[in-house]
Order: sequence, then C-alpha cells, then structure tokens
Amino acid sequence: MNRRTMLAGAAALAAAPMVVPGARAQAAKTKIVFWHAMTGANNDEINRIARDFNAAQDAVELEPVFKGSYPETLTAAIAAWRAGQAPHVVQVFEVGTGTMLAAGPAVKQVWQLVQETGAKIDPAAYLPAVRGYYSLADGRMASMPLNSSTPVMWYNLDAFEAAGLDPAKPPQTWQEFVTVARALKDKWASKSQDLMASTSSWFTWAQLETYSAIHNVPYATKANGFEGLDTELKLNGPAQVKHIQRLLDMAKEGSFKYGGRDATPDPLFYTAKAAIGFGSSAGRADIVRNAKFRWAAAMLPYDPEIMRSPNNSIIGGASLWTMTAPNRTPAEYKAVASFLQFIGQPVQDALYHQHTGYVPVTLAGYELSRQQGYYDKNPGADIAIKSLTRGTVTENSKGLRLGGLPEIRNIIYEEFEKALQGQQNAQAALDSAVARGNVVLRAFEKMAKG
Amino acid sequence: MERRTIFPGWLLPVALVLPQLALTVVFFLWPAGQAIWSSATRTDPFGIHTRFVGVENFADLFIDPLYIDTIWRSVLFCVCVAALAMGSAMVFAVAADREIRFRGLYRILLIWPYAIAPAMAAVLWILLLHPQIGLIGRWLNRIGVAWDYKLNGFQAMLVVILASAWKEVSYNFIFLLAGLQSIPRSVIEAARMDGARGFFRFRTVVLPLLMPTVFFLLVVNLVYAAFDTFGTIWAMTSGGPGKATETLVVKVYRDGMVNQDIGSSSAQSVVLMLGVIVLTALQFRFLGRRSGGA
Amino acid sequence: MNGRIDWPAHVVLVLGAVLFLLPIWLVVTGSTLDPDAIARGELSLVPRLGGLGVYASVMTEGSPGAGPVWRMLMVSAGMALTIAFGKIIISVLSAYAVTFFRFPFRMTAFWIIFITLMLPVEVRIIPTYSVMSDLGLINTFPGLTVPLIASATATLLFRQTFLAVPDELMEAARMDGAGPWRFLKDILVPVSAANIAALFVILFVYGWNQYLWPLLVATDPKLDTIVIGIVKMIGTETKTEWNRVMATAVLALLPPIAVVMLMQRWFVKGLTEGDK
Repeated sequence: MNRRTMLAGAAALAAAPMVVPGARAQAAKTKIVFWHAMTGANNDEINRIARDFNAAQDAVELEPVFKGSYPETLTAAIAAWRAGQAPHVVQVFEVGTGTMLAAGPAVKQVWQLVQETGAKIDPAAYLPAVRGYYSLADGRMASMPLNSSTPVMWYNLDAFEAAGLDPAKPPQTWQEFVTVARALKDKWASKSQDLMASTSSWFTWAQLETYSAIHNVPYATKANGFEGLDTELKLNGPAQVKHIQRLLDMAKEGSFKYGGRDATPDPLFYTAKAAIGFGSSAGRADIVRNAKFRWAAAMLPYDPEIMRSPNNSIIGGASLWTMTAPNRTPAEYKAVASFLQFIGQPVQDALYHQHTGYVPVTLAGYELSRQQGYYDKNPGADIAIKSLTRGTVTENSKGLRLGGLPEIRNIIYEEFEKALQGQQNAQAALDSAVARGNVVLRAFEKMAKG
Repeated sequence: MERRTIFPGWLLPVALVLPQLALTVVFFLWPAGQAIWSSATRTDPFGIHTRFVGVENFADLFIDPLYIDTIWRSVLFCVCVAALAMGSAMVFAVAADREIRFRGLYRILLIWPYAIAPAMAAVLWILLLHPQIGLIGRWLNRIGVAWDYKLNGFQAMLVVILASAWKEVSYNFIFLLAGLQSIPRSVIEAARMDGARGFFRFRTVVLPLLMPTVFFLLVVNLVYAAFDTFGTIWAMTSGGPGKATETLVVKVYRDGMVNQDIGSSSAQSVVLMLGVIVLTALQFRFLGRRSGGA
Repeated sequence: MNGRIDWPAHVVLVLGAVLFLLPIWLVVTGSTLDPDAIARGELSLVPRLGGLGVYASVMTEGSPGAGPVWRMLMVSAGMALTIAFGKIIISVLSAYAVTFFRFPFRMTAFWIIFITLMLPVEVRIIPTYSVMSDLGLINTFPGLTVPLIASATATLLFRQTFLAVPDELMEAARMDGAGPWRFLKDILVPVSAANIAALFVILFVYGWNQYLWPLLVATDPKLDTIVIGIVKMIGTETKTEWNRVMATAVLALLPPIAVVMLMQRWFVKGLTEGDK
C-alpha cells in the first residue's frame, strides 16, 4: 500500500461523518426489539409481520430476533433484563405465564401499557378461551396472545375404511374411542410392525390438562391457580385417574402407543404410522404437506359418564410480554403498544392464522376468515376454534395459572413413563406426580412472595 | 515430576501466563463465584426477591432419593462413555498407525464425527434408531426385538451412551494417533528385534510411552461425558423415559433454563464441579506420577 | 513389510469408517432427496443426483428461518479461526511459563487455570453475559470470541508435552547460548507440532460448533453462526425443509473437514521426522 492510497483512505474516513448527518433525519423512528422462538416457516411469518408493520407506518421500526427455543428465549430475556438490556417485547410460552406474572417491575402488563399510552386494546375483542389464559382474575389482560393452538384429534380416513369403520363418524366419546382403536389395531395396524392404532403428542397438555377442562374437573385448587399462589394440585382425581388408567390399559393391549414427549410423536400421524394422533392444531401445515392419505380433524372425545356435555379445551402456544429497562422511554412503550394493536387488527390476525395454523385470537379475525371462505376451502381448519368455544367456560377451563408448570409437566411425563413400563398404576403415578408437583408449587409461592 | 533444568527470572513467565490468567479470572472464576453465591440463595428468575438460605439448596438435593439416583446414573454413564470412547479409539489408532495403504483416507474418515455439532449428531442417530422412522430401529422391530427407547429405560441409556461415545471416539483417535506417531520408530524396531510380539510389545513398550496422552484423554473424556454430552442427551431423550437418562448436567440445564430455579441449579453445578475436581485430583495423584503429571 | 496386506488393521479400520460414515452419508444423500420423503422416514442410501441444486439454492437464498448460508459460514469461520489461534497461542505461552520457569504462585496459577475445565458453559453463561454487557461487547464479534478463548485443555496438553522433553535437549540449547525465546521457537514448537496440529483441529471445531453462547450474546442476524442457522431451520411446530437442513449441515461439515485434511501433513510429518 503506497502513500497515495493511504491518503485517499484517510480522506475517505474523514469524509464519512459528513455523510451520516443526512441519514440522521431519517432516524426519527423509534426502534423496538422483539425476541421470539419461532423456527422454520413460523420464523418467516414473524419476519413478514415485521416487514408489514414497518411498511405500514413511519414512527416505529420493529426488529424481530430469533433467540432459540422457548426456554432459551426466556432465559435470554431474563439475563438481558438483569443486565439492563431487555428487549422491548419477548415471546414467552404459555407455561411460563406464572413466572412472568410474578416478574413484578420487570414487565409492563397490557392493561398497564394501555393506561400509560392510551392505546386502543379491548380485551372483549379477543376469544374468551384465549384471552382468559393470559389475563388476571378480574379480566385485565396481562400479556398479548400471539400464537395459540389447542389439542385436536387427527385421524386417518383410509385407515378407518380399511378397518371397517365409518370415516365420517370419528369417535366422540372415550368409550367409542376404545372400541375404534381396538378395531384399528386388529384390522389395520396388524399389517406391519411399524403401525399403531393411536398415539398422542403433547401428552400432558392433551390428555390431562385439556381433559380436565373439558370434563369440568379441577386440575388444581383455587380455580387452577388463578385465584392464588397457595394452590395445590388436584390432577389425581377420579376422573383423571380413570382416563390415565384407560390409556395405560390400551397401551398394554396395544391399541395406544406412547410416542415420546411434547411434539416428538407428531411425524407418526402424517407418516401414516398411527391411525389416530392427538396433537396441536398448529400441526395442520405439516399434515397438509406430508400426508399421502385422506385425513380429517375432530374435537377431543369426552367421557359422558363424567360429563354429559363437554366444555371447551384450553390453549397452548405463547404470548407477548412487554419488558422494562432502566432507560426505556415513554415513546418506546407507545411504539410497543402500536405493534400490539397492529397484530390485533382483523386482517393481520386472519393472515397469521391462515399462514401458520394457529387459531385467530380475535373474534373479528375469525369472522373475517369465515367471510373469506377460508373454512370452506380448508375443511377442518376451524375444528380448533370450535373446540375452544364448545360448552361454557368454567373456572376449570380457563387454563392453568401454575408456577413451575414446565417442571410439573416434566414430572408427569416421568411418572407416566414409569407407569408405562409397568412400575406403577395410574393412581400411584398421579399421586406421586401431585406430591412432587406440590413441592414445586410451594417453592414457587415462597419465592414469588419474597 | 518436575523439570530439573529451568530458565532463570520471573518477570517473563509472569507476563506469559498473565493473558490466560486474566481471561480465566474474568470468565471462569468470577462466574463460578456467582454460581456459588446463587447456590446459597433462593431467588425468583428475575432476581427481584432474593433470600439467603445458606446450605438449604444443597440439603434439599441430598435428601432427595431421586437426586442420589441421578448421581449414580451419571457415574455409570461417564464410565461407560469414557471406556467405550477410549477403547474404540485405541483400537482404531493402533490400526491406523500401521504402514498400510489408504492410511490417510481412513484417518479422515474416522475424524469426521468430531466435526458435527452435538445436536446434529443426535438428529442423525435418531434418524437411524427411531423405532418407527429409523433405518436400524425399524429393522430391529421387524426381526422381533422390542426396540423403543422412548419406552424402555435401558435402551434409552444404551442409545445415549452410543451417540455420546461416537462423537468422542474421533477426538481420542486424533490424539492417540498423534501420540503413537511421536513414538520413535527406533524404539519399536528395537523391541521387535528383541522378539517382543504384537500385544506384549504394545503393553510393555508402546503403552507406557503413550501414557501422557492416555492420561490427558482420560481427564478430558470424563469431563466431556460429565458436561458436554448435554446437547446429545437432551436432543435424543430429554432425560427420559422416566428419569432413565437424566444425568447431572441434564438436570442442571432443566432446573436452570427450563424451570428457572437458579438456586437449585447453581447448587447442582457446584456439586458437579466439586465432583469432577475431586475425581481429577485423584487421577493426578495416582496416575499422574507415572505419566509426567504433577 | 510393504508387500503383505495387513488384514486385521484393514478390517478394523473399514468397520470403523463405515460406522462413522453411515450417519454422515445419510445426511449427504438426504440433502438430495425430497423434503417430504425425509419427513416420512423414507431415507435412502443412494443420493438423487437431480437434487443437487439444493446446495446452490441454500448458499444464496438460505432456507425458511435462516439467511444465506455463505454469510453464516463466514461468521463461523472467523469465530473458529480466532478462537483456535487465540487459544493455542495463549496456552503455549502459559504452559511454557509454568513448566520452564520458577515464579511465586506458579503452581497456584496452574491449578487456577486447570480448574476452569470443571465449569460447564451452562453455569457461567449468565454471569459472563453481564460482564460482556458491562464491557459493551454484546452483539459484537469480540463478544462472540473472547470468552471462549480461555480454557485449560490446551494448556494441560502442552504442559504434558513440555514435561516430556528430555533435559539433554535443554542443556544442549543452553550450551548453544539459546535464550528462552530461541528455545521456545526452535525446540518446543517443533516438538509439539503434531499436538498443535491436532489441537488446531479440535479448537477450530469447538469454535465452529458453539451454540448457546453466540445465541445469547448476538442479536444481529448478521452475526448468526452456521449452527444457529441450522437450528433455526428445523421447525418444531412447522414443516421443515429437511433437504435444505441437511444440505446446510453438509456445508457446515466441509470447513472442519478441510481443516483436518490440511493438518494431515503435520501428522505425517511427525512420522517422517524420525527420532527426536
């Protein structure tokens, strides 16, 4: 490098500050950062929302950032908050709601945001089953629902026919389910070692939490924890024990096969290895893409001996929480509010719902999709919403408000897996889960009270 | 073993060792101190309410029979992984050290697995061993073996040991081969001419010369099995079924990152840390003397 | 000796190579298959040549969830090289100081360094984040690399090697009038050549495969490493384009393998050097 080049370089460097001020006039936009845990196509959808939001107005620039899985994103947000660097918005899974509610000054709940910024966010616009999970007992919204789903029953029409069952009549009660699964096992799954009559993803969510809601039995005291931190688990009640024992018996008989935790069993249905698969309604896109057979969705069965008219299922997914920081300005909070308002618009809500398979969170979004004929073109896409609005919402079907819920779910998985290996029956498994789970709840309570 | 010949002066060595010491203090000792402090507190995830509880977190751990089980399980896991990884690597290294054709190719092929990220390796093994979707998994079920590591604790343990050891074999292989190749040929030749055959020669001549490397690898393997296997186990079984594959480090992650129980998680980390320190100190004491250690 | 084929060795090595090759081969063939077929478990041992276009596509466009792969490869490469070189230099100097000199608290320093082996990333990750935040290094390239440069493995290894160097060599060097630097440069480094090569491979891969720390410290997608990119592509509640994920995984494997192949020469050099 000779002297001339160096001089030229130095001149360029010196000139640089001259260029920037012109750009500075542009930087009146308030920048807000949004940490999320969406991967794959859902990640693209978040980016799309950000692009649309940024294009729709001049005041705010939203930057979405992928921070890993739900636990990793939450940990990152907490670490960042402790370092005074929290993002403006963070996506937290539903089982983290208890933790976020106990976060005190670290978050600004939606109702607080509305009060401070005058934003127009009306809780009544949101689907009750969705809103209820993320609101305080008196109805004030704490976090903003974004991606919500509910358990549904996917079933393979071709397999039904092969087993001599009527594909238009999926089992509506658990008693019917046992019979149907047996028929599938004997006449369809028997064809190969790989096949199974039925399985379930998100076992704790679908077969215990949602089951309790549908049958109007408590999962925990104090309205499933909504009314106090001194809640205790009640998931070892007769209704739940009966159901878990039923599944254990089916597993022994071979008409139900456990496929692992959380979403691990998902591929079993769309690869036609399981004739019936319980799973998240958000798994629809995968099934549409991969299933090479005729399939349909149905609501979860119920047990008429326990509850003659079933209630709504509960949601899963995540919501958006607003975080605080030492040097955060009112303008930034206003920016966050405008973003939350944006995703609540019917057009946006409908778009997100149709692109991803999560349910529309607003009534208007649902209505818009209906008007657009979306459910006519995609039969079964509204089973989730129907499931969430079935029957009446009681204190047992608003969802769960338990601290340490991830740990409790894990405990239930462990106990159930032990029962599957023949080490205990359903009553013992659930009793043990309750005992261990209550320890978690007490520790959370102690910690949250300071 | 100490060196007998040394250089004089102390200013230079202090300057040389300072960078690493500084980094160590800032990025290891200080966080370790924080972990020890956290282990003596009960706190909410955000650190808003913190209570000092002394050794309560530790007491809670050790009265819990499930935690004791996890300790034994981790010991078993570490021993199996280290033994499998070192044993296989030794066999491969000895074979690859010989003057055979394609030696270079073999070496590359055996080193590949190390380059794969742990989570990716887990995905690969799942693709092979999954009872319904994996090539080998389905074959096993077809020939009558009731293969399902999501239901069977023993099989789950087998699977995570295999997947963990697989990655570590390459690491060991690289170093054992390097070690074997730095043994002067003249020594081998002399032994051969003295009539020492294959395995005997290996045991009495090669192995002692290889001891510094073996010792180093033993320490590293045990530490790897104790800590770095987290990614693999988590991706394959998440510690299940039941608690069949929950090792200490899996529990630390779960309690720390998923359950957000910082106090207990820190206490467990401290226990884990102390365990490995004691183990390594013991190793240095008993094996180190024979192999050029402290 | 050169004429006979060493059967036992070949058998063992072929078995090992197959065992190690099988999962990777699956990924290579998987990258050329149709993503839906993979999701259904229809893996094959034979690649589909028509699917090779996925590599070009993934390099330039990326995949749902992640950006263009070439940029992530650059970030990962920069990170891995910095960490590998940084660690080797620091460790050689430290091991040298601790082995060949006497200074107060010498063994204390060694044990402090050594104990860092025992602290898992999951434990120190959050306090480290606070430190980096205080230093203003969040979301920067130094922030990605500096905390990962201190570690005991390399120092331990070099110390072992240095302790095994015969005293005669040292005496000879002294009598030649060699000072500490000459000794380091001309004697110790060549003696440790095979180990340095092996370590470079190991450390490069270590830096290459980092996930938790870059995830925490970097928020700008331009600082995404390739491992984060792969994880981003694997949808948990949505369809995953498995062929693209596998193609990216193959691309992610190439630099470490290239490093291994380059370092091969040093392994062999150790052999041809003869007696030391």
